[in-house]
Amino acid sequence: MIEEKDVREICESILLRCKGNPVEITLQYTDSSLTRFANNIIHQNVAERDGEVTLRYMIGKQIGTASTNRMDKAGLDELVVRAKSNAKTIPEDPNYPGLPDPVTYQRVAAWDATTADYSPEKRARAVGTVCQLAVEKSLNASGAFTTGSDVLVVANSNGVFTYHTRSYADFQTVVMSDDSSGRSQESAWNVDDLNVEGLGKEAIETAVCGQHPRKIDPGEYTVILEHYATEDLINSLNFYGMGAQALQEGRSWMNDRLGKQVMSRNVSIWDDGLDTNGSPLPFDFEGVPKQRVDIVKQGIVMGPVYDRYSGAKMGKPSTGHATPIVFRGFGPLALNLFMAPGDVTVQEMIASTKSGLYINRFWYTRLVHPRECAMTGMTRDGVFKIEDGEVAYPVKNLRFTMPYVQALANVEAVGKASHLLVSEFGGISVRVPGLKIKGFNFTGSTV
Amino acid sequence: MKELIMGALDLAKLRGAQYADVRVVNHREESLSVKDGIVEELSSSETEGVGVRVLVNGAWGFASSRNITKEEIDHITAQAVAIAHASGLVSGEKVDLGPKVTNRGTYQTPVQIDPTSVSLEDKLALLLNADTEMGKVKGVRTRQTHATTLKQHKYFANSEGAFTEQTIIETGGGIQATAVGGSEIQVRSYPNAFARQQVTGGWEAMLSWDLPGNGQRIASEAVALLTADPCPSNITTSLILGGSQLALQVHESCGHPTELDRVYGSEAAYAGTSFLTTEKLDTFHYGSPVVNLTADSVRPLGLGTFGWDDEGVPAQSSPLVRDGLFVGYLMSRETASKLGRFSNGCMRASGWNRIPIIRMVNVSLEPGTWTQDDLIADTEDGIFMDSNRSWSIDDKRYNFQFGTEIGYEIKNGKMGRMLRTCTYTGITPEFWNSCDAVCNADHWVMWGTPNCGKGQPSQVAHTGHGTAPARFRNVKVGVLK
Repeated sequence: MIEEKDVREICESILLRCKGNPVEITLQYTDSSLTRFANNIIHQNVAERDGEVTLRYMIGKQIGTASTNRMDKAGLDELVVRAKSNAKTIPEDPNYPGLPDPVTYQRVAAWDATTADYSPEKRARAVGTVCQLAVEKSLNASGAFTTGSDVLVVANSNGVFTYHTRSYADFQTVVMSDDSSGRSQESAWNVDDLNVEGLGKEAIETAVCGQHPRKIDPGEYTVILEHYATEDLINSLNFYGMGAQALQEGRSWMNDRLGKQVMSRNVSIWDDGLDTNGSPLPFDFEGVPKQRVDIVKQGIVMGPVYDRYSGAKMGKPSTGHATPIVFRGFGPLALNLFMAPGDVTVQEMIASTKSGLYINRFWYTRLVHPRECAMTGMTRDGVFKIEDGEVAYPVKNLRFTMPYVQALANVEAVGKASHLLVSEFGGISVRVPGLKIKGFNFTGSTV
Repeated sequence: MKELIMGALDLAKLRGAQYADVRVVNHREESLSVKDGIVEELSSSETEGVGVRVLVNGAWGFASSRNITKEEIDHITAQAVAIAHASGLVSGEKVDLGPKVTNRGTYQTPVQIDPTSVSLEDKLALLLNADTEMGKVKGVRTRQTHATTLKQHKYFANSEGAFTEQTIIETGGGIQATAVGGSEIQVRSYPNAFARQQVTGGWEAMLSWDLPGNGQRIASEAVALLTADPCPSNITTSLILGGSQLALQVHESCGHPTELDRVYGSEAAYAGTSFLTTEKLDTFHYGSPVVNLTADSVRPLGLGTFGWDDEGVPAQSSPLVRDGLFVGYLMSRETASKLGRFSNGCMRASGWNRIPIIRMVNVSLEPGTWTQDDLIADTEDGIFMDSNRSWSIDDKRYNFQFGTEIGYEIKNGKMGRMLRTCTYTGITPEFWNSCDAVCNADHWVMWGTPNCGKGQPSQVAHTGHGTAPARFRNVKVGVLK
């Protein structure tokens, strides 16, 4: 891990090269390892060490951007030349709000040295345990065990300097028989919080119970969603409408719904970059401290998250949700989401269901229509028919086409346990419970 | 550089590797975006580094770093060997790579206009002109134009004697108009969906697409879609797919299921497996007799076109489906050896910090005999759809559902009213066996898909797909409810 004083030196050397011109510097370092397994053996096993600096150079409201992972003198010299050249070429952006000023931001603990330096042997032995359990049941285990660390620094010519270190661990496995599969996953910033063997047993149990699935007709069903499926609901609503830019462009599910009760009263969703129950990040990619933002409160749509650009357009301050430069055109995003847990277990949800489906996860979900956040996708790795309050039999995977806003309006119960899942895409963390939803629309089934 | 690379290979062997390869990659990319008349992005990025892959006692290890120095390369080589030893703790059959690969040489993408020789001012002027043209149409809410150029320089060497040097150049871009009316949102893109056609080639490609000349048409279509009739709901009809949409159909339902690593379960936990299991090879009727699919890395403009793959296997062309019969896979050395075949050069890494995995090269539907006009005239009742808006397919690549930006009703051999929010669904082999006509070479275009995700840690590959419009019978369309 690179120390704070060392990155401060790099930032200062870049500022010196920019000769007092307004600039923003983002530095990201990663030291990551991943052990991947399939067919009960390790088949891919990799490590990566990288670091990248991105420079935004401003000439008035002309903004040029350049990035490099060459941190030597020549690399940084060229970085400044490219960013400056781009700034000179680009026309003014009249909406550019300028750079933020320095403020005090809260530091949060998200670092564990053991996790950052976890050895390939330790990952292999954990993977081996899961593979052995699968072999004992004549099943086929696949998956990935990731450990590593990141450093994020944002600095600017106004004096902003932020530094955040994060360790991370994630274990996920899919266990298959000839005609069934189960999956489990858990993320943490401390590897000791992962129960790898328990996750393996969970996936194995789903795969064992899922053998000999029956084909059922598509149609509307009450569904009990494991937290893996809930993650897809919340992340999709995030991508397609929790940011202010989506709202400004009329493509958010929040459009025409602000302040209205559009979801069930037991649905509350918020973003909080300081909560260590998630994967915390105390500032955004403009160096603005993250605020807790209520997005949906007891079913009422409260509002989006902002970065400085989208906030300035709507006369609002940034809530600290600027994305990395490469995604900036997409607008602000919530990166540390939470959904309020409820008061029942998944077992109790099943027991209260006369007829329905238990679904472990969704797969390959894509937007069909933006305003309702209508999505299509498949079930995967465990679908079971529920009859008279009990799991009756496994069923073959189904395709759904469902407005996710409507899905959260139809929530009848929320699980009391919530789980942290960190997406590989952008490190978005989501802590979510299981859900019981009535009237979930299935439009097809697979072979 | 050669000295550093050979040093790493020697060290790997010294530390017990039976096989090793090294890639040193420098990747430079320039990106320009205009939204509603404002230049939203003008950026240039550079990333470089080295990756070392080793096989020790039949198990793999890989390590990579951005620092291309002797000390660091020695460090990651030793790290890769240590990781391979860890892999050996949970290993199975020893990896067999088949015959040695000893190719040597250089390759560069042929270009007429090197993108780096075009001034930023000229590039921006093209995008701003296209934006202005879209802006002339009343009712467009958001206008976007985009250009990307990249140059990737790569050394590859292995412990068997291969040493190659390649420079790949890509140019991409497009325009998109979004219209909003009430709760309706409609989008049109050009030349490809999501405003991103991309090819291996120079700036001449961007000029050939004439983005400004298509600006008003695309914007007008987006606005017209707001009041167009919706796609008929849950009916079965004849479907003609335009080339752009068909390219994604080929990508998802032909390309991915023919990846042999998926078949062998290597991607089971993430991207999924494949219904095209090995007993189907040379026996399974994947499609109708007019369906011919080819994997190649030699066709001009394809994003899968190069000199050698990331195992040093030379670019080539091989059939996947011939006259409807399934006859081939996309293969690596390891998977081909397991199948008793030779690699057809499909191992590609997205960068220096990723291992090569089996990726599509250019997976194309060979042209048929029809003109598009004749195909429409021959269709009594159906729908024409083009330009992707959403795509989803199951983990074995059977059940798919796609949505397109635009559709047109076909009645009595004529294109009729415009249709919005078009969707269709099917089961892959049933769908391709229902294909009864493919348009001819005059309509065949090499489309680019620069956003193919696969692998853990994730890798984004650039793949090519040559297609001409084709007709499919008895397809279920309008599957929103």
